[in-house]
Amino acid sequence: MIGFIAKRFINYAILSAIATLSAYVLASLILNPASRYLGRNPRPSDETINAILDGLGVNPNTPVIERLWAWIVNLVTHGSLGDTIHNTSVISEMTVRAGTSLRLLILGTIIAALIGVFLGVWGAVRQYKLSDQVISYGSFTVLAMPSFVIGILLMILATSLNNVLGIQLINFTGEYTAGLEGGWWVHFWDRAAHLLLPTISLALMGAAGYSRYQRSAMLDVLSADYIRTARSKGRTRGSALVRHGVRVALIPMSTYFAYSFATVLAGAAVTELVFSWHGMGEMLVQAIQQSDINAFTGAILFNAILILIAGTLADVVYAALDPRVRV
Amino acid sequence: MLTSATTTPHQPTSHLLEVRDLHVTFPQPGGAVTAVRGVNYHVDKGEFLGIVGESGSGKSVSSLAVMGLLPSSAKISGDILFEGKSLMGRSDKELSKLRGEGISIIFQDPLSALTPVYTIGTQIAEALQLHDSKLSKLAANSRAVELLKIVGIPNPERRAQAFPHEFSGGMRQRAMIAIAIANNPRLIIADEPTTALDVTIQAQILEVLQKAKDLTGAAVVLITHDLGVVAGNADRLAVMYAGRIVETGTVDQVFRAPSMPYTIGLLRSMPNLATAGHTRLVPLEGRPPQLSNLAPGCPFAPRCPAVIDACRTTEPPLTMINNEPLNASACLRVGQIASGELSRSTLYPVPEPVAAAQRAEVPPEHVMAVSELKRHFPLSKGSIFKHTIGTVRAVDGVSFQIRAGQTLGLVGESGCGKSTTIMEVLELAKPQAGQVVINGRDVASLSAKERRALRKDIQVVFQDPMASLDPRLPVQDIVGEPLTVHGVPAKERLKKVADVLELVGLDPSMASRYPHEFSGGQRQRIGIARALVTDPKIVVLDEPVSALDVSIQAGVINLLQDLQEKLGLSYLFVAHDLAVVRQIADDVAVMYLGRIVESGPTENIFDNPQHPYTRALLSAVPVPDPAIERSRTRIILDGDLPSPTEDITGCNFRTRCPLFRLMDEAAQQKCRTSDPQNRSVNGSDVACHHAEHIDLMTPA
Repeated sequence: MIGFIAKRFINYAILSAIATLSAYVLASLILNPASRYLGRNPRPSDETINAILDGLGVNPNTPVIERLWAWIVNLVTHGSLGDTIHNTSVISEMTVRAGTSLRLLILGTIIAALIGVFLGVWGAVRQYKLSDQVISYGSFTVLAMPSFVIGILLMILATSLNNVLGIQLINFTGEYTAGLEGGWWVHFWDRAAHLLLPTISLALMGAAGYSRYQRSAMLDVLSADYIRTARSKGRTRGSALVRHGVRVALIPMSTYFAYSFATVLAGAAVTELVFSWHGMGEMLVQAIQQSDINAFTGAILFNAILILIAGTLADVVYAALDPRVRV
Repeated sequence: MLTSATTTPHQPTSHLLEVRDLHVTFPQPGGAVTAVRGVNYHVDKGEFLGIVGESGSGKSVSSLAVMGLLPSSAKISGDILFEGKSLMGRSDKELSKLRGEGISIIFQDPLSALTPVYTIGTQIAEALQLHDSKLSKLAANSRAVELLKIVGIPNPERRAQAFPHEFSGGMRQRAMIAIAIANNPRLIIADEPTTALDVTIQAQILEVLQKAKDLTGAAVVLITHDLGVVAGNADRLAVMYAGRIVETGTVDQVFRAPSMPYTIGLLRSMPNLATAGHTRLVPLEGRPPQLSNLAPGCPFAPRCPAVIDACRTTEPPLTMINNEPLNASACLRVGQIASGELSRSTLYPVPEPVAAAQRAEVPPEHVMAVSELKRHFPLSKGSIFKHTIGTVRAVDGVSFQIRAGQTLGLVGESGCGKSTTIMEVLELAKPQAGQVVINGRDVASLSAKERRALRKDIQVVFQDPMASLDPRLPVQDIVGEPLTVHGVPAKERLKKVADVLELVGLDPSMASRYPHEFSGGQRQRIGIARALVTDPKIVVLDEPVSALDVSIQAGVINLLQDLQEKLGLSYLFVAHDLAVVRQIADDVAVMYLGRIVESGPTENIFDNPQHPYTRALLSAVPVPDPAIERSRTRIILDGDLPSPTEDITGCNFRTRCPLFRLMDEAAQQKCRTSDPQNRSVNGSDVACHHAEHIDLMTPA
């Protein structure tokens, strides 16, 4: 079993490396880091620009293969992903931002999973009844809405709530209130309050998707013979569905959970921008805007590593849930 | 014999279970389907009731209604009394206290009936703890192990830790029985408990069921489509048709003197191991009615040979026969049948055999000769560095010949290599080892063009007529497809399609319809028409009737026999149903673990089997005759078919062989060390060292 997981992990690691290297090549071919300096007033001399670009290792005059090789050598010998165009190291930039993003992602995914599973099971058990219809229409509405719309809608709701209450109960700009005085507890509450809206926004979108998948997985299980057997032993319908049904219906979900954890990153980029969070999503968007090849590659590497972890986790969870695939 | 005979039938409380005027309706968009239409029956303490019916007769629905396990959309009326108390209108919670403790049920398919993610032990312990909250987990687990031992699972401590997918079909069904008897119920309902299993395993399971009944003293309701299964086990019988009980009585009454034409027809249409092959089967024409829009009158009237005008207007009630309180039949002419005025034996016309003038002349030659055919599959492990860890000997040296115009029946349990053998033959390519000669040509030497031409001569009919026909093609395209392959022009093709449809007894005007518009029997006829459209000489029949209802089977078997005689076809007939094989085959070959262990003329094999496996196989087949069933002693084989990956030295049957155990040490040593070669004993070709001592197996 451990051998199997290790083998899968190595597979994912190779795939992550390929994804990152392709991202580097792609970014080098498309992005033009020199444009940033050409528009400056006064325009720096070509020598200056070339010197800057050479320093960053992104000079388009150097062949891509050479630059890629230098990037790899730099990564292997110094453990460095190069510098951003703001002359900070990509790694240090990432360490600051990764924590921010992961906090949002992990919390959002877990809440989304719990709510999604519950709504999916509930909807399946009460198929075509009013509650199922409400859940279905609700999740379709959320799925159809772009994530920034959800973010802005939540902000409007929070603002009117604050107005009604007359106090600033929910803060939604940034990660924390700058210059806040007080002890650890005060800071914790402040961060939690800031976390609320973006988490809800991510959880809503996630839960809407999960609940649809969970509903159809559960519907497959509802008419299964073993539910009937469990009832014939003396379980009530509800208890048979929970004990024997949900457990089996979760098996196909584990893969979906794990991978959507990584893909939520894309949705989170917009959410981070809307709520002015400085996370990995924002880094990715800004890197493209500013033609920052190193920062872009770093952001892609982060995403690839998330998928690597999520994929391995999916295999472990799958094997834990389903005895039939254990080796 | 009957406990109910001593109690008065008028006191309702005296019965363990009483079902009164039960109706079950499923509302559906296209009109409500009434699956059960006024069923009355009772079961007494410790009694064994058999309920027999074809698919769609309402037998399973009525028993699920007793358990309260029908979907919530079902509308149920009537009354169900268990131990004198009504179960109608009780909440799920109240019923769940009774389920498993008072009434338990054994379902048909043991693979899907057990939750895949929990161990067998957990699932048995669960049943125990649900009804005894004081029972500790440890005590429940040890009781679960005990139960597994009772139902005959070897190594119960270890096997309790196993998951359902690690069990074979027979073992899963044993586990189901263990769950059912866990709380010593008063009533066990067994819903087709052996339908998915091989005959040898079926015999084992029926024995376990009897043991469970004796141990718990429970009454048993056995639901089945197989009259043979109930003949030896049940005390009383109820026959269901189109949602009603049409005949009921003791087993002897129903089998000896059936008085509903449906029962008479069902008994006549079943190939019977004891009599098969001597007479033509009597088919029950037509098909069961659709329950969604039932015409008034007796639902059996359209298929009944004794139909009178009154049958089409009034549905006959169950009428007592000869003042026997337990024997009743739902037929207007029951009096005439019971008195013998309407003779049971001539009620159904015996179909005429093919007239001599229509019979095809066949030259006495071998059309197919297979010798030492082998097919081994490597068993590999590892996803990156694959390495072979064993070999699956699916087919391990099989030889047989088929003469023109004759039928060879290939029989054996599932997993014995029957299907691999015919697939190898149909491949028409050079086999791994051995030789396949068709029409005198070694297929290994064929060019691609010759191979395609030869495919015309050898065609196949598959088991499941629903799955093997493309649902999106009209029948004429399905039947005509082999002709397109061989480049026959469209006009000729349509004419040929119409001809073969006519030949298999279908109306050519139905050629533009789609498969789902046909019944199971008709679909199998389409499958046969598709095989015959190229005018083949050899037809391979892979379980052609096993997916069909009993009353439909006879018609298809008769058709196959007629076609053989008219067209001079040769059949390779693969089946697990020995009675069907006896009915149709001229020669029989019995397969076990990739080998043919015995072969010879049908009469020889069935009347005087020389190999211990053949003998055990034949003894496991239930015969629809209570007198024969009661007087028989079964040879029950131990355990399951070993995996074909196992390396068994010497004779590969010795691990289950009943004869092996009777032999002395020196003779056993021979079985262990030397692989028996086929040799001729008493007219059969047998692979057994001790075939001469076969009579040791017969109990004195």
